[in-house]
Amino acid sequence: MTIVDPAKSNMSVTAVQIGKQRGGPPLTQVLRKDRWWLQPALIVFGLSLFGIYATWAAFRNGHYYAGPGLAGGGRDYLSPFYSPCLADVCNSQGQYTGWGPIFGTWWAISPALLILIFPLGFRMTCYYYRKSYYRSFWLSPPACAVPDAGSATPNGKRKRYTGETRFPLLIQNIHRYFWYAAVAFAGILTWDAYASFRFVGGYGMGLGSLIFVVNAALIWSYTLGCHSCRHLCGGGINKLSAHASRLWLWKNIASKLNARHQLFAWLSLIWIAFADFYVYLVSSGMIHDPRFF
Amino acid sequence: MAEYETHIVDVLIIGAGGAGLRAAAEASAMGASTAVVCKSLLGKAHTVMAEGGVAAALGNVWPEDNWKVHFRDTMRGGKMLNNWRMAQLHAQESPDRVLELEQWGALFDRTPDGRILQRDFGGHRYARLAHVGDRTGLELLRTVQHRAVDVGIEVFMECKIVRLLRDSEGHVNGAVGIWRETGKFIVFGAKSVVLATGGVGKMYKFTSNSWEGTGDGHALALWAGADLIDMECIQFHPTGMIWPPSARGLLVTEGVRGDGGILKNRDNERFMFNYISDYFKAETSDTIEEADQWYENKRDFRRPPELLPRDEVARAINSEVKAGRGSPHGGVFLDIASRRTAEDIKRRLPSMYHQFKELADVDITKDAMEIGPTCHYIMGGVRVDADTAAATVPGLFAAGEVAGGMHGANRLGGNSLSDLLVFGRRAGIGAAEHALSKEGTVTIDQEQVESIAKHALSFFDNEGKENAYAAHQALQNTMQELVGIIRTESELVRARGELHDLNERAKVVSVEGHRQFNPGWHLALDLEAMMAISQCTTLGALERQESRGGHTREDFPTPNNEVFGKVNMVTSMQGSEVQIRREPLPVMPPELQELFEEAH
Amino acid sequence: MSPESATAVEKNLQMRLWRGDAEGGEFTEYNIPAQEGEVVLDVVHRIQAEEAPDLAVRWNCKAGKCGSCSAEINGRPALMCMTRMSTLNIEEPITVSPMRGFPIIRDLVTDVSFNYAVARRVPAFQPPKLAEGEVFRMQQVDVDRSQEFRKCIECFLCQNVCHVIRDHEDNKESFAGPRFFARLAELEMHPLDTLDRRRLTSEQFGLGLCNITKCCTEVCPEGIHITDNAIIPLKERVVDARYDPVAWLGRKITGKPDPTPAAVAARFAPETLAQQQEARSAGRIGTHPETSGAGTSR
Ligand code: SF4
Ligand code: SF4
Ligand code: FES
Ligand code: FES
Repeated sequence: MTIVDPAKSNMSVTAVQIGKQRGGPPLTQVLRKDRWWLQPALIVFGLSLFGIYATWAAFRNGHYYAGPGLAGGGRDYLSPFYSPCLADVCNSQGQYTGWGPIFGTWWAISPALLILIFPLGFRMTCYYYRKSYYRSFWLSPPACAVPDAGSATPNGKRKRYTGETRFPLLIQNIHRYFWYAAVAFAGILTWDAYASFRFVGGYGMGLGSLIFVVNAALIWSYTLGCHSCRHLCGGGINKLSAHASRLWLWKNIASKLNARHQLFAWLSLIWIAFADFYVYLVSSGMIHDPRFF
Repeated sequence: MAEYETHIVDVLIIGAGGAGLRAAAEASAMGASTAVVCKSLLGKAHTVMAEGGVAAALGNVWPEDNWKVHFRDTMRGGKMLNNWRMAQLHAQESPDRVLELEQWGALFDRTPDGRILQRDFGGHRYARLAHVGDRTGLELLRTVQHRAVDVGIEVFMECKIVRLLRDSEGHVNGAVGIWRETGKFIVFGAKSVVLATGGVGKMYKFTSNSWEGTGDGHALALWAGADLIDMECIQFHPTGMIWPPSARGLLVTEGVRGDGGILKNRDNERFMFNYISDYFKAETSDTIEEADQWYENKRDFRRPPELLPRDEVARAINSEVKAGRGSPHGGVFLDIASRRTAEDIKRRLPSMYHQFKELADVDITKDAMEIGPTCHYIMGGVRVDADTAAATVPGLFAAGEVAGGMHGANRLGGNSLSDLLVFGRRAGIGAAEHALSKEGTVTIDQEQVESIAKHALSFFDNEGKENAYAAHQALQNTMQELVGIIRTESELVRARGELHDLNERAKVVSVEGHRQFNPGWHLALDLEAMMAISQCTTLGALERQESRGGHTREDFPTPNNEVFGKVNMVTSMQGSEVQIRREPLPVMPPELQELFEEAH
Repeated sequence: MSPESATAVEKNLQMRLWRGDAEGGEFTEYNIPAQEGEVVLDVVHRIQAEEAPDLAVRWNCKAGKCGSCSAEINGRPALMCMTRMSTLNIEEPITVSPMRGFPIIRDLVTDVSFNYAVARRVPAFQPPKLAEGEVFRMQQVDVDRSQEFRKCIECFLCQNVCHVIRDHEDNKESFAGPRFFARLAELEMHPLDTLDRRRLTSEQFGLGLCNITKCCTEVCPEGIHITDNAIIPLKERVVDARYDPVAWLGRKITGKPDPTPAAVAARFAPETLAQQQEARSAGRIGTHPETSGAGTSR
């Protein structure tokens, strides 16, 4: 009687042969019939558009504050791209508690370039944005069950794919530090929303105030729906029941907002650009900000 | 002589459902070298289909619950045809088996004080079913699967066992199987073989069973000379899907009724109130008002008739449909939409919600489901010793659905998952002890192996042009129509004749193509088993001239306790023919008898 | 009995099924009349019964509960038994191909043993010690998270679609795949499990290779939020254990132990092909010697 080498049999413990020819329809053949390319295309379009706008807005270095002076029409609107106010302009003109004196008039580069590092870093390392740019810009993969184009070299050979295990993508792991900064920024933008109700001669409300309130609300919704936030609230704890308040935060705030994180990522992105543009229009005198009371 | 891949182990377990894997974990823990063979991939067994829960008198929700009450419920549900010792062991040991699952990582739903939550089910006096939403079977199977993997059991996946091997004394000592992937033979030598192959549903047209439920274990035992008992006792689950046709037979969990669902006919009448038999009068509500209060206050009110044992409900639905009060597709309505909030339904019955949404495009939070009886479970099976799970042939053991006796004439919901655990473990112990106490090595009779291999390959040479799929359909039609939920002598006699002819047809099935992953061939082999088993069921149904539990005779509509309530119908192979005989039921000791007298 | 009204709608389906084995194959077209209320698996079965009896297809429950019938339907990974024909455009040919992330066995059946090999490497639940007569106490909110992952039916569609291994075969050495991240998350979040699996998940199971592009979540028939609820929370936990300098400092100051000492982690190191083979012939088949053959209560 011969005992066949058990390693040859099809047991669940069979050593898996890696690199074996798979057979079946070739992987490069896209069998999907739906418009799988639409979503990545839209994302490329949307993010590029925002990128172009943000570059313009950041280098504009002007018309970002609709202050109490004539040009501002007696408002206290500061563009979110330029908040907190690092330049003298807000300080000298309004009630805004900016850091003007520190960054005095000697500072010539657009303050937005400094400020935007933080929100940009936050969004670049955001789990949602990572997904969308890996998919649409790096095509890794462009859509599900569509071959990963990001890693093919020109000669058709596959490059080794290392995901987020190596520098620079290893940096993604410090997302939570950007989140800490983002909370501060959300606070600042909340202050700005408050300031937008201050008019020369007392409190009031203009269309801009409304835009600022929505802006702050969207930023908070995005920031509190962050996966790192969810983790800090309670995601990292196994016996949540023993931590009533963190359970509540985790369950009712972070997890609920997290489920809509993609939505708020886009809304807050669009809105913040819109708010900036609105301030630009008002402060450059192109439109007049309607005042409700 | 061809050389075959051969493995020698102490314990060979056929079937990787809950019972098989539980047996494997136990046998291996006892130090026996253990192998499991299964027809599908590991983790796909029919156990995943169990929804409602696992019955165990943990007393977490009702402290007054204990094994005696569970035992009594089980016996009464089984119409006293149960093997009392099995029912007793089952009721006594199931709480430990459930708690042990938690040690292996199972996560049951919880009570507010953090213990295992239990739910109500038909026929159970108290809320007794530990559950996880409506996917308890999956939870149970994953848990034992992870356990088996963890302790390092060898699993031979996608391998179909064709016949058992026997030594010169007639003891079972191995098996011959086929790798589905390659079509090559594989031979096992084993001192003990445990059958854990599940049920026989595939011999019916409308069944909740998966393709694997072809009665392999029953047939293997029969061919190896073991006795089967009460094969006529088949449970038709009252609530199976009936529409669309492709989903017909799919199970709708009893949990729907346990959580408030009610049955209505075409006239919107809650008809179950008309079908409360004397046997259950004392504990069943007879007014809608009372029934509805039970969900909130189980102490002071009696349970609604929707939660009568399955056989009673299935028969009631059948009568409603026959009387012309059925739903458009020939069933009745199961309504939970009007009784519970959408949110509640989705939380408590997620997979039912999903199943109806995906397959029938019905939103069960808005509309009633259309349901009807579907072949679900066979109470009969291999005759075993209660304590060791040993079959009547030495070296052979059986646990789970393939074993008979535990559930009598009708099984209570939730008792099958606990059955798997309790008797899976006992079979593991029994098989390991038998194997470890047996001296010497296993010697395989090559001639037997050769003749089995030759037989299995003969289907490729058959010129008969008989198609396996067509023959299978013919079998299903015969069984569904003539040996279905309601039976009568003339039809059974006809069935016996038709089965005889079909058996001849099945023998000449011819298979196209080659041996590699050839479903036509696999079906031809499964068909052999189904043919043998359908004969046992039909013979049993003819012989048992009474109605009891899952066996209903139109011509003998009541139970006959004097004659048939005292016997098992035993089928076995005599030569090449299936024979039937009556044998007396084991008698319950007086201290257990008392439990039934003090009740009522 | 009910009306057997699987009424034939007057429409022919053009089903293009992949036929072939490791040597090669092609799409073969079968024309078969459409019937009401069918799912893809029904049609495949009818083709099998009427035209191609040797057509290989894996299935069990036909109810979306066992996860056997995974395939790619019109290029989208899905369960055949849960894809209704009415959701597909039957004017055009419908392609059904085997999962392309795994080696083919025959026709629609693939060799998924990779997944079983990974499964063996996942350290099982490590329960706390209980006193005599004591039972587990867990709150529903604490088991909710792990319960979501236990819904997994092991259809391996997520493993099939994940580009990390689908498009980069060599990563199969070091990447466990989404199904096993769900499993690891289940254990990691279990309120009573005593093993810290964070470093393990990252170092032995390749969590870092996942670029959270969510295809696994998209195809999961059980609707498990694999990426949002398993992978990303695991990534955050791994940050605590491996990358966050403040967390590291905190541990140093409070004297908390480092997550999963290296010695423990090494026990679960991925076995190379050669090691697996060796272990097998040496008769050691258990995942880890410590728990192998551990007795159960009698
Ligand atoms: S999210 Fe990660 S694990 Fe899931 S498919 Fe994408 S890369 Fe794979
Ligand atoms: S996680 Fe979902 S897709 Fe992956 S194997 Fe489990 S059920 Fe299938
Ligand atoms: S902001 Fe998107 S995940 Fe943190
Ligand atoms: S057959 Fe079980 S999931 Fe499709």
